[in-house]
Amino acid sequence: MRAGAVPRAVRDPMTGSSAAELLAEAASPADLVAARIQMALSLGWHIVIACFGVGMPAITVFAEWRGNRTGDEVYRLLAQRWAKAMGVLFAVGAVSGTILSFEMGVLWPGMMDTYGQVIGLPFTLEGFAFFIEAIFLGIYLYAWDRLSPRVHVLTGIPVCVAGVASAFFVVTANAWMNQPRGFDLENGRVVQVEPWAAMFNPAAWPQTVHMIIAAFMVAGFGMAAVYAAALLRGSRERYHRLGFLIPFTVGAVLTPVQIGVGDWAAKFLAENQPIKLAAIEGVYETARNVPLHIGGVYQQGELRYALEIPNGLSLLAHWNPNGRILGLAEAAAENRPPVNIVHWSFQMMVAIGFGLLLLGIWCGLVWWRRRSFPRNRVFLALATAAGFAAPLALEFGWITTEVGRQPWIVWGRMRTAEAVTPVPGLYGGLLAVAVVYLVMTVATIYVLRRLARAPLAPQEHDEEHA
Amino acid sequence: MSLAELMIAVMWAGLTAYVLLGGADFGGGFWDLLAGGTRKGAEQRDLINHSIGPVWEANHVWLIFVIVLCWTGFPEVFAAVSSTMYIPLTLVALGIIARGAAFAFRKASTELGHRRVYGFAFALSSVLTPFFLGTVAGGIASGRTPAGIAAGDLVGSWINPTSALGGVLAVAVAAYLAAVFLCADARREGADALAETFRRKALGTAAVTGVVALGGIAVLHADAPRLYSGLVGKGLPLILVSVLGGVASLALLLRRRYLPSRVAAAVAVAALLWGWAVAQYPLVLLPDTTIEEAAAQPAVLRVGLVVTLVGAVLLLPSLWWMFSLFQREQPHTPGRGASASE
Repeated sequence: MRAGAVPRAVRDPMTGSSAAELLAEAASPADLVAARIQMALSLGWHIVIACFGVGMPAITVFAEWRGNRTGDEVYRLLAQRWAKAMGVLFAVGAVSGTILSFEMGVLWPGMMDTYGQVIGLPFTLEGFAFFIEAIFLGIYLYAWDRLSPRVHVLTGIPVCVAGVASAFFVVTANAWMNQPRGFDLENGRVVQVEPWAAMFNPAAWPQTVHMIIAAFMVAGFGMAAVYAAALLRGSRERYHRLGFLIPFTVGAVLTPVQIGVGDWAAKFLAENQPIKLAAIEGVYETARNVPLHIGGVYQQGELRYALEIPNGLSLLAHWNPNGRILGLAEAAAENRPPVNIVHWSFQMMVAIGFGLLLLGIWCGLVWWRRRSFPRNRVFLALATAAGFAAPLALEFGWITTEVGRQPWIVWGRMRTAEAVTPVPGLYGGLLAVAVVYLVMTVATIYVLRRLARAPLAPQEHDEEHA
Repeated sequence: MSLAELMIAVMWAGLTAYVLLGGADFGGGFWDLLAGGTRKGAEQRDLINHSIGPVWEANHVWLIFVIVLCWTGFPEVFAAVSSTMYIPLTLVALGIIARGAAFAFRKASTELGHRRVYGFAFALSSVLTPFFLGTVAGGIASGRTPAGIAAGDLVGSWINPTSALGGVLAVAVAAYLAAVFLCADARREGADALAETFRRKALGTAAVTGVVALGGIAVLHADAPRLYSGLVGKGLPLILVSVLGGVASLALLLRRRYLPSRVAAAVAVAALLWGWAVAQYPLVLLPDTTIEEAAAQPAVLRVGLVVTLVGAVLLLPSLWWMFSLFQREQPHTPGRGASASE
């Protein structure tokens, strides 16, 4: 928008400039590392739980609605079980999300001091979405017997809508860190702030769509895995079959869509954040007819030992074998992200994505021929693994976008090292946070497993406990 | 009223809601901690669970709302406070995790041993979290978080007489509100003996809170003279309202008029908060950062206020429905805490 209007403070993200700033700087390099690890840990944890918060309500409300319409008790039972798990997941999601808003200031006061007001709008909106989500989730979980079945299903709808809206708002703020818009700088202070322009920055759409679909995939594959595991152990209950089929369908249907959206997001990078794409693909020199590299290790400006697909990257990024790809060499050395971690994270995400696609196609083909999903052990084992692979792909995607933006916290405007708090001893905080998250992880998994394995209602025969 | 003043007033209203609603939820944890052995305390713990279970998450969002409005409307205040207060705010964050997660885990667990561990974590963090939040408030009020990133003392900013007062007062207020709120909840559930128990606790904590608040004036006189002069100056009418509210809630408790007593207790606490705000006006951070100086760009404030207004139109009826749903007698009560979802 107005990038470049105030040359003194605006720096070209490609060529960069001196890092000497008047802003905050870490007490020591180790403190900066500690702050980054703490943020990565708490955000990487929250993002998985948040995906269930976004995707699970819709799947649960669907099951409840089907149960009400058909009078089928199995649907209702599934909905009640899922609602219980949702209660646990929403609670840990709410608190782990709160920590992030603390950490924005506690760890990154330099960024919030300057840019807090620019990105405040989506967070304010997110606050209201979270309010609506929390209120109606409280009603949904606790008022089964206070409301008619019809009204009860309806109270689930605001939960679904607000969950998706929350994800949208929060991710627009992250997109802004990649494509900062809607302000000018004057003597290091922001002026001429346009909150809506900041929120609807160019990266907002590809990033939010990619993230929201990812959330439904994580929730779908994750929930399905619980029942795939039960079927693998030999259950033939309709409860387990339906419990598998409903969420798995959600994940499987969205996977091809997600691959298309991912392609859109990558093309967006080629145009708007080429250094990130160069790191993703390990491209050093700017060139045409750039091959697509699979695997490989980046060393001294070269991706070694990789499988090459001629013209592949040029084709993918520009629909043209002759397409020009900007390389890492365009940016000064101190402005380049670490290549190997970005390259490998991206590759792993894509690999898992295509694995999930194949699994979905397998299921779809069998369903087309036999009107039932594959029951063999290989499929069920893979479907169980998909419950772990989907969140893993999510994490890899997150690492790609976050590490790919480094060394900037606000791309081209502020370095991560300038944003961090100068408070010493941050590894102490990191240690405390790590311990608390470890305990919370163990407890969450334990509690959810207990919920999943609790005996079914008396009229249902459960083989696990037979 | 300027845009910046309007913004900080909205923020303060959000903080008031958090202290009254979220505070009472923390107070529930306080009483859980003191409820006694597993069997002896079961009835009290059930009531506490039942009262805060459906609403604590919504009540908790007020805190997020206040934080977000702070960095939107007053970014340098947010940066200054959160960097100087690194230690207590990290502890608050961990306390928030422990409280919320443990409460949810306890609800979802069946084994007694696990429930006790989660219950203890829930109860202990319900006391520590408001305490540390109170120390932060004390540090701000006594001028120990000057503008600038980590410009204040990392330790002295929250370990000092006013912070200690803030911490103790926060815990006392939470316990007091919870006890008053729980009286009416117990009676609605038909548990009159339980209502009597919480009535005694409410009377006790009302007295303690009053003594701490009044004794605190001496602390402020010595440790935070500017706050003191503000409180006995332009903040005095609100302080008097707070005292009147407290006395009224005591009198109403004595006469077992629990619902009006809730209102009086809420007035007492809210007036105290607003008394602080008025006493410090027009400064947002001592010694000399004014609300206007620290405020974001007018465009940001305008959009933030409009969005808040529109959001409130959605939020307030939803909140009202939630509270009215859970604050009325259950239509067909199969026993407390045994709804179909459990």
